[in-house]
Amino acid sequence: MKILTPTSAAFGIVMAVGMTVSAPASAAECIAPSNPGGGWDFTCRTIGRILSELDLVEGNVQVTNMPGGVGAVTYAMVVNERPDDPELIVATSTVGITQIAQGRYPAPVDAVRYLAMLGADVGVIAVDDDSPIESLDQLTEIMANEPGSIVTAGSSGAGGWDHIRLLMVAREGGLDDLNAMRWVQFDGGTDAVTQMMGGQIDVVSTDMGEIAGFVESGDIRILAALSDEPIPAFPDIPTAKSQGIDVTGYNWRGLYTGGEVSDEEYDEWVSDLETLYNSEEWQTAAVESGLIPIWRGGEEFSDFVVSEAAVMEEISRDIGVIE
Amino acid sequence: MESFLFLADGFAVALTPLNIALLLLGCFTGTLIGALPGLGPVNGVAILIPLTFAFGFDATSSLILLSAVYFGCMYGGRISSILLNIPGDEPAVMTTLDGYPMAKQGKAADALAISGVASFFGATVAVVGLTLFAPLLAGLAIYFGPADYFALYILAFVTIGGIAGVDPRKTLLSALIGLMIATAGLDPISGIPRFTFDNYHLYDGVDAIVALVGLFAISEILMLLEKAAKDRAAPIGLDSWLPSVRAIWSTRWAVVRGSIVGFIAGVLPGAGASLGSVMSYSMEKQASDKNGTFGKGDPRGVAAPEAGNNAASGGALIPMLSLGVPGSGTTAVMLAMLISLNVQPGPLLFERQPDLVWGLVASLYLGNVALLILNLPMIGLFSRLMMVPTWALMPIVAAVSFVGVFSISNSIFDLELMIMFGVLGYLLRKLDISLVPLVLGLLLGGDMERNLRRALSISDGEWGVLLESPISLTLYALTAVFLGLSVWLARRDRKRRQARLTEG
Repeated sequence: MKILTPTSAAFGIVMAVGMTVSAPASAAECIAPSNPGGGWDFTCRTIGRILSELDLVEGNVQVTNMPGGVGAVTYAMVVNERPDDPELIVATSTVGITQIAQGRYPAPVDAVRYLAMLGADVGVIAVDDDSPIESLDQLTEIMANEPGSIVTAGSSGAGGWDHIRLLMVAREGGLDDLNAMRWVQFDGGTDAVTQMMGGQIDVVSTDMGEIAGFVESGDIRILAALSDEPIPAFPDIPTAKSQGIDVTGYNWRGLYTGGEVSDEEYDEWVSDLETLYNSEEWQTAAVESGLIPIWRGGEEFSDFVVSEAAVMEEISRDIGVIE
Repeated sequence: MESFLFLADGFAVALTPLNIALLLLGCFTGTLIGALPGLGPVNGVAILIPLTFAFGFDATSSLILLSAVYFGCMYGGRISSILLNIPGDEPAVMTTLDGYPMAKQGKAADALAISGVASFFGATVAVVGLTLFAPLLAGLAIYFGPADYFALYILAFVTIGGIAGVDPRKTLLSALIGLMIATAGLDPISGIPRFTFDNYHLYDGVDAIVALVGLFAISEILMLLEKAAKDRAAPIGLDSWLPSVRAIWSTRWAVVRGSIVGFIAGVLPGAGASLGSVMSYSMEKQASDKNGTFGKGDPRGVAAPEAGNNAASGGALIPMLSLGVPGSGTTAVMLAMLISLNVQPGPLLFERQPDLVWGLVASLYLGNVALLILNLPMIGLFSRLMMVPTWALMPIVAAVSFVGVFSISNSIFDLELMIMFGVLGYLLRKLDISLVPLVLGLLLGGDMERNLRRALSISDGEWGVLLESPISLTLYALTAVFLGLSVWLARRDRKRRQARLTEG
């Protein structure tokens, strides 16, 4: 009989540990339809970690990156290949829904089942600290009467979410011809803000999270937050609603699963995610990454997604982004 | 100088035994990751971010590990650029132009050493510049508007016009193909798909690294296949395993010029490392290519873009830290890394968390030192790769290319795209059309177009906006000077050649 040497024993233990880690009993999988590092990737990795910390899933959640087509590649895969896989969840957000609304995904918005929104970044409208525009009223008046006189910008292209939510504000304020206002795309909210500080543009519409540093330093002024309630970190910034413009513009983060997943399995995911949402871990993780925890789940969330997509589609049509 | 005191504190933080161990480990793994084409610093760092959480390192140690991996990847990318003609990441393309010819001439060891030393020097310039001028430069960079960026890209294109080939028509054709490929995908400004053929795999556009691996590595394999069918390719010899100090010393001015040009490009958030290495290379060629040796294995053609690229990466930290605007793909990952450590870059970062900022600067610098120490002795080992006979090397190159590209996105489509680019590269090379303008069009075209369109969106379609700001006017004046200079140089060379002919 061979004597078990220390080395081979150690090797055996390492193998055993390695195998336990790599092959959990029943693996839930979260697909981030982007490269590592982005918002969708964060959603999957954070939610995956907390789901297993709270023992809501067996073992670990496997995170897979499947970039392509701003989420379209993953969407097509889920619809065609794994519509009934109850172990699969996919990260999405307002950005993904905009793509669907503009017909850029290979399947319509109701081809999958939306599980829940767990947090959101709030849209804001900002001007430079020495801009002559002092209030949202003043801005909506300019936008309605002389829309050609100001240059607006944000981190999305024409018909992207930053643009659409500014147009929602402008339309509520009385602008009829949505094409009359100039819009400039930059690669990120901070790019747009620094260009505004350099005097190239007048107004920025983007998410609060990315540009919060400039608000704290006093380099820019926020005219309105596009949320129901004031942003917890900036309670002094008035919402658009409180200034008579009934518009909200969240950039929410959420999840969907396949369109043929049974009601029972769907409800189980929704209730697991609600537990996760209420946990200390998620509340901390969300705030740390600049999100406001907001819960919408199940059918309520599905209806919300469908109606948001409809508004986006309508505005995209009005400004000629889609036919 | 207050900044230097902060920097000294940063070094004190970075130089604990654990951090030094992490530094060496990171550099080593990074080199391996980077040597695989496709897997570049962006993927390397992004994949390792969760790992730092798993081990529960504090913010500084995580930063040190990740920066070490980042610099390791950058250096690893140079190894495959020089030895195999496969650019590990976008800025490394310029290194293949003279690095691979050098390796083919048996000077692989020299090329690797020059790249290491030039990178180190470029990074040093960047760290010093960062320490001295960060707040000042960040303040100036915001006045660079879209029209000014467009002028900068025009300057870059004009200066590189002279890089490639003799026939200007072929250069133009190649550049146009590159620009066209750069437009593929969902147009970020209007959201409209262009050249996607209703295939949503193309909605994100053509990933530059997929195109580059195809154009360089796959086309190289095809060229060799053709050659091997005719005659057996002899393995490339190796003059020496040891780099020659004289060769390194001969590139000193190229390194200095490259570092300065690269640093300036890096500070501008809309420019980034690719532009930095491109401009350094083309400026260097303009300044010192007297005998037409660039592109045929001139050591200065390795030194300048390497110094420029590293100085640009360092310079890009200025807008990234003080404005939160990432200037390049890599700083975008660093930004994600800082945010994941709950650090929000922006105008207040230097005031609020000076220890972290200077810790990062110090660790970036130490990463370069560690790489130099780790990799100079290993040059002998790496350069022996050149002695592997072609019949054994090429299958490895093919395998490495496929694995590398597949690992980016787990997508078969990318592999097909890579092969298509390989065939395109092969055809162009057979037609004696240089790939360089194509690559530049591909790398810089997207940003150039977006800035032009941003400028026009701002002016509501009025083209005069391009000539309004003093910055763009200065850049156009520089462009004119460069054009004039290169025409004059070309004329003078021709006259001299004729004179020599009549004498002889």
